[in-house]
Formats: sequence, C-alpha cells, structure tokens
Amino acid sequence: MAEDLRYTKEHEWVRVEGDVAIVGITDYAAHQLGDIVFVELPEIGRVLTQFAAVGVIESVKAVSDLFAPISGEVVETNAELGARPELVSGDPFGQGWMLRIRIVDKSQLDGLLDRAAYQDLTREG
Amino acid sequence: MAQAHGSPIATPLADRHQALGARMVEFAGWLMPVQYSGILEEHRAVRTRAGLFDLSHMGELYVDGAEAARALGYALVTDPASLKVGRAHYSMICFPEGGVLDDLIVYRLAEERFMVVANASNATAVSDALVERFAGFRVVLDDRSLATALVAIQGPASLQVLTPLTDVAIADLHYYAIAEGSVAGVPALVARTGYTGEDGFEVFVDVAAAGRVWDALMEAGRSAEVVPIGLGARDTLRLEAGMPLYGNELGPDTTPYEAGLGRVVKLGKEGDFVGRAALERALADGPRKKLVGLAVRGRGIARHGYELFAGGRRTGAITSGTLSPTLGEPIAMGYAAPSEAEPGTILEVGIRDQRVPAEVVVLPFYRRAT
Repeated sequence: MAEDLRYTKEHEWVRVEGDVAIVGITDYAAHQLGDIVFVELPEIGRVLTQFAAVGVIESVKAVSDLFAPISGEVVETNAELGARPELVSGDPFGQGWMLRIRIVDKSQLDGLLDRAAYQDLTREG
Repeated sequence: MAQAHGSPIATPLADRHQALGARMVEFAGWLMPVQYSGILEEHRAVRTRAGLFDLSHMGELYVDGAEAARALGYALVTDPASLKVGRAHYSMICFPEGGVLDDLIVYRLAEERFMVVANASNATAVSDALVERFAGFRVVLDDRSLATALVAIQGPASLQVLTPLTDVAIADLHYYAIAEGSVAGVPALVARTGYTGEDGFEVFVDVAAAGRVWDALMEAGRSAEVVPIGLGARDTLRLEAGMPLYGNELGPDTTPYEAGLGRVVKLGKEGDFVGRAALERALADGPRKKLVGLAVRGRGIARHGYELFAGGRRTGAITSGTLSPTLGEPIAMGYAAPSEAEPGTILEVGIRDQRVPAEVVVLPFYRRAT
C-alpha cells in the first residue's frame, strides 16, 4: 500500500495525479469479497457525488456497492475489467484500478482516511 | 442436536480447516469451511483433478429391523424394498400435503439395515418424522449423525487417489453403490455418490477416525494436486450439475413434480405412504410452477430471491444462481409458471434495477464427459 493513497470507510482507495483521482478497492475489500466476477462502473461523463453508490462489484457469493470517494466527472474507466474482473482480486491497487475522476474539490480528500487510519479500521475487522 | 446449541458445532476436522486458512461460516448449526483458496479455483480443481470435502455435518440415520424396508417405504416416496444390498437411491420424505420435508439418499447395507443420509439443516426434522412414521413397524431408528464423519473425494482423479487407501474394490463399485471395508486402516463405508456431477466417493467413518482419513487422502492426493473444497464451491458445483438444494429448489411448498423430480415418487409401489393422496392429486392436477434452468444473457448474477418476469409480468423467482466457472456465464435455477417453462423461452430476471434476459435451458448445465 503506497503512502500517497487515501481511503474510504467502504474500502475504496484514491490516488491523486494532478487534477485526476484514480479509484479502486483495497486488497482488504477484494479479499473479503472473494472471487470477483463482474464489475459495473459508471459511464464516462457521469458526474459523481462523494460517497454515493456509483457502481457494483459482484463476487460469486455477494454483491457489493462501489462508492465514489470524491465528487467529479468520470473521465475514464478500466476497460480491462469487463473481460478480466479477476484483475481486481489479483492486483487491486494496480491493474485492478476502476475509475479516473476529474476532481472538483481537492479538500474532499481531507475527509478521507490516511494509510494509518485505514490500517486501524481494517486491523480489528 | 446441532440446532439446539447456542453456538455452532465444530466437525472433527475444524482445526485442520483453520490450519489450511479456511474462511469458516456457521451453517445449519455447524462451523464449516466456506472456502480455502477461493471458490473458482476450488471448483475448477474438482472438475479437472479432485477435491476433498468435509461433510460431517450431514445426517446419518440407521434403520434396522425385520420391517425396515416396509417402514421406509411408508415414510418416504421411494421403494427401498426394491434396493439390492449394496445399492442406494435418491429419495425424498414428503409432508402429508405433498410438499418436500427433505431430499435424501437411502443406502441398503443389508437385508434389514439401511442408512438414510439427510441434509444437515433437516437431520433432526427427518429423524423426528421417521420415528413418528415408524410407529407400528418392527424397526429401530438409530440417529448416528453426531457419531459419524463424512469425507468426500470428488473429481476425475478420485479413483486413482482413493484406490491405494482402501481394501474396497472401488473400481468395480457402481455409481450409487456402497460397500463396507476400510479406508486408511479404519472401518468405513465407501459409497460412489456425490453432489458435484463428477466421479467420486463418499467415505463414512466414526468421528474419531475422521482426522486420519482426511490426512491420508490429503497425503495420497498430493501428486494429483488434490485440494480441500469448501461449501462455496460445493454449491457452484452442484448448481452446474443441475442438482437441487433443499431450502432453495425444494421445500414444504414444493412438490417433487414441480421440481422436475416426479420420477422419484413411486406411486406404483405397494401400500400407502405419507403424502400418497396429495401427490396423486398433484400429479393429476399438474404443477402450479415448474423448475427451470436459466442461462442469463447479460452481465450480472441472478441470485436467490430475484424476481423472474415473462412478458413483463412476474412469473416466479430465482432459487439459486451463480457465475458458472465452467461455462464462464451466469446460470440460475428458479420457478416459473408452467406455460413459461419451455426450453428456449426468454424470461427476464430483475437484477437490481434492470431486467436482464435469461433463456430457459435444459438441465444440467454441465455433464461430465464419460
């Protein structure tokens, strides 16, 4: 887990590159879900509201919502996940990335967990 | 009984599952492994190699006496009197109203000795029902569920892995046959039955011997890369094989006919049996609903409880569904109105806020190449 990531309580991670936020789910979440078989992502151009449910991650055993960690317009989604949803389980912070969002308000990141806080959250979990 | 306890009962192999890194879950009052390395990987292991299952939670009810066959013929919808010694058949115990109380396998161990294997969730209910139905027959019921462990090996490599460990001539054991002998040096019943659609064996031993048998099979299975399999993959395997699960496809509000299992009900057998009148009526009246296999033609898993639509109108609901690891597509079973149940019919499943097309297909979804 890189130091420069921020996290949500719903186990999304965010990496900022300029005015774009790259979003995925953590290895903790991927492990909890088990084998991921479908990922439904919002379409490009859609404007997301922070913490709204914007997508769905289906594993064999359960359905889980994907929550937007930050507000903004979806500028790209990971096209690989259609054919290869297992990338999320196998490489959740790398090839398993899900969305790129154009950030409207950088201060929203302050409301997210840092690495230490996220580790605390998942430690007793 | 398991259901009477506040916390779940551990099988004799629970420590081993935990040591293997299994994710444990409470199921029917038992602490069971739901997955080890992952459902998809475990599923594929059984289809291509072999896997080991701890099924010690299942119920094993011994039925002994001069009238054992007759008593079972009265209590169940099948005719156990017709079983040769060393053979078994799939059966059901129905309510007087015709609904299903449990689905079972009945094994004939001797002229006057049977073993009835019941689902873990119904073991107590089946035991109680049999006791009630056996009144007046010269027969004894011995519920040995808590004293019996069950280890299954399923998959194409099963025969090769189990053969060196047993004195039973398992290569000659027919499908749905059972024999007494030893496995890993302990007394065992070995049956060529299973719930996966693959070749395999179910090994019944005393709980005290479970660890020894499990360890021996894991060791013997090493070169064949046999792995332990949890309840998650057990479910995806049986679903691909088109096998019903009590609580999903079968229940008190469903007759065997509606589940496509009318062949199991032996109306031609001699004598009355519990549910006969209701089942004869059900057969004459025709089913109120029909179990269908569904190939979901869209992205998304059709899960238990999701609604089924025909021409925009609700026609039933999904009873079981998953992503088929073998087919790579979502599959499901559910109940639809009989008029909407023909193979080829395109229904729709409500998946979240979408209606996703699902084609009625003939079961099973998967049949092993033999």
